[in-house]
Amino acid sequence: MAKKEQTHITPPEDTMEKEYSTLNLGPTHPATHGIFQNVLTMDGEIIHKAVPTVGYIHRAFEKLAERRPYNQITPITDRLNYCSSPINNFGWHMTVEKLLGVTVPKRADYMRVIIMELSRISDHLICNSVVGVDTGAMTGFLYIFQWREKIYDIFEDICGARLTTNIGRIGGFEREWKPETFTKIQSFVDNYPKALQEFANLLERNKIFMDRTINCGPITAEMALEYSFTGPNLRAAGVDYDVRVASPYSSYQDFKFDIPIGQSGDTYDRFMVRQHEMWQSLEIIKQAMKGMPKDEPCHANVPDFFLPPKEEVYNNMEALIYHFKIIMGEMDVPKGEVYHCVEGGNGELGFYLVSDGGRTPFRLHFRRPCFIYYQAYPEMIKGSMLSDAIITMSSMNVIAGELDA
Amino acid sequence: MSDLLNKINETLNVKFPGVVEVFETTYDLPAFTINKDHIHEVLAFLKNDPELNFHFLTDLTGIQTADEKQLGVIYHLHNMPKNLRVRVKTFFPMDKPEIPTATDLWPGANWMERETYDFFGVRFKGHPNMTRILNVDEMDIFPLRKEYPLEDQTRDDKSDKMFGR
Repeated sequence: MAKKEQTHITPPEDTMEKEYSTLNLGPTHPATHGIFQNVLTMDGEIIHKAVPTVGYIHRAFEKLAERRPYNQITPITDRLNYCSSPINNFGWHMTVEKLLGVTVPKRADYMRVIIMELSRISDHLICNSVVGVDTGAMTGFLYIFQWREKIYDIFEDICGARLTTNIGRIGGFEREWKPETFTKIQSFVDNYPKALQEFANLLERNKIFMDRTINCGPITAEMALEYSFTGPNLRAAGVDYDVRVASPYSSYQDFKFDIPIGQSGDTYDRFMVRQHEMWQSLEIIKQAMKGMPKDEPCHANVPDFFLPPKEEVYNNMEALIYHFKIIMGEMDVPKGEVYHCVEGGNGELGFYLVSDGGRTPFRLHFRRPCFIYYQAYPEMIKGSMLSDAIITMSSMNVIAGELDA
Repeated sequence: MSDLLNKINETLNVKFPGVVEVFETTYDLPAFTINKDHIHEVLAFLKNDPELNFHFLTDLTGIQTADEKQLGVIYHLHNMPKNLRVRVKTFFPMDKPEIPTATDLWPGANWMERETYDFFGVRFKGHPNMTRILNVDEMDIFPLRKEYPLEDQTRDDKSDKMFGR
């Protein structure tokens, strides 16, 4: 918490020279929750300088995407921010829909909103409980994790996978949800608030937790904007920018919700913004469950990108041809360039897609929020204690998969 | 919205005559192609002009043109109060891939420019630390250029005649 270098301690003459020691934090340190390396120059317990090295799990996603047909890029996006993969999947689908000029039915929009808000809850829940762990409160983490498990059960019901979901298709969902899925979502919405309230009671007004996190790793609103911060980290600094409100996608304009903002951009504010966003996400899910149109299909009419039902594939020539063409990626795509962004778990997740009309993108760039805001980390931790640097990192929600692409 | 965009176009044309090479609107996002010699002035103007106020650098990335003769850098700027986005592009020949850095305007451009250098070999003049970021330092190619295909071209057990490029 000490923000300035200790200059008042002057050793007596001829005793010793002031010297810095170098400390390697990472690459695989249990407290960094991912593959991050920071070479710290330490003055005792105070961080004098930090040099982050990134790229340990770089997997060349942008190059890979230049060789893959559009529907095969979805599994790549899973591996960006793997705490909330469905948001990445839908973000990519919506980018392609924007390029194709497809309008998705309201029902599919609302289904997407439910899934995206569930995954936002699971993302924030991991981040916040990990801040608890790093400050020494293991209970919240262990207790709240069963609720992430329940969210993953819902994902499993819908797409068959839990973590790397590959959920949905370009144009909507591949099949209608089962009635049990709606029951599961409803029971989550009914029962989760109690657990979240208990988690909040455990930490939010906890004296030890507050002493530990308030004024730890702060960033001002001006600095955050200069460093292109987005998402909860920017809102914690006091800027009310949320892509869901600024440029609504997937019918977010139909829902009423608040954008929580903080003031000082420190670890406590980031934690509290995420806490309140979870409550808002629950509100959005409730509204979406209530307002979802019943008699619409769950996907847009895009036979070029949407696998036909299996029974038709086996009995019908056209369906078989389409099935084969889609799997091999032999589809006509208009030329053009699109930028589409969604509010991911930790910021504005953007897709810059350039198509030359071929079967694969000519160029695809992911605007990865972590990669952009993690560069402010050395500045945020300069002059603070080593243990503060750890909780600053975990409260920034830096995900190695997204950082390194 | 389109009035304002035409106004931006006019303002740029008056302020920097001949600098805007192409002005187009693709999928609701206006895009300006700017002459590479003036890119820094135009970015600084877009950022600091009180009316335009494109104060937020959303994204910075590189691209190679289809004829493999030019490289480009693409900026996405955002005016948050008016919720207006703009795309600024600049292209320059492959044999001299050098443009001025934007790190003096936005400190957040630092890693994005390093990433662009890492993958396309674009050198940003005046950048504080122009080194590779995601790839290993020893790498001697710029992997996102089209001249480096994804798969090993010496392989003969796999034919891509029918599919793929």
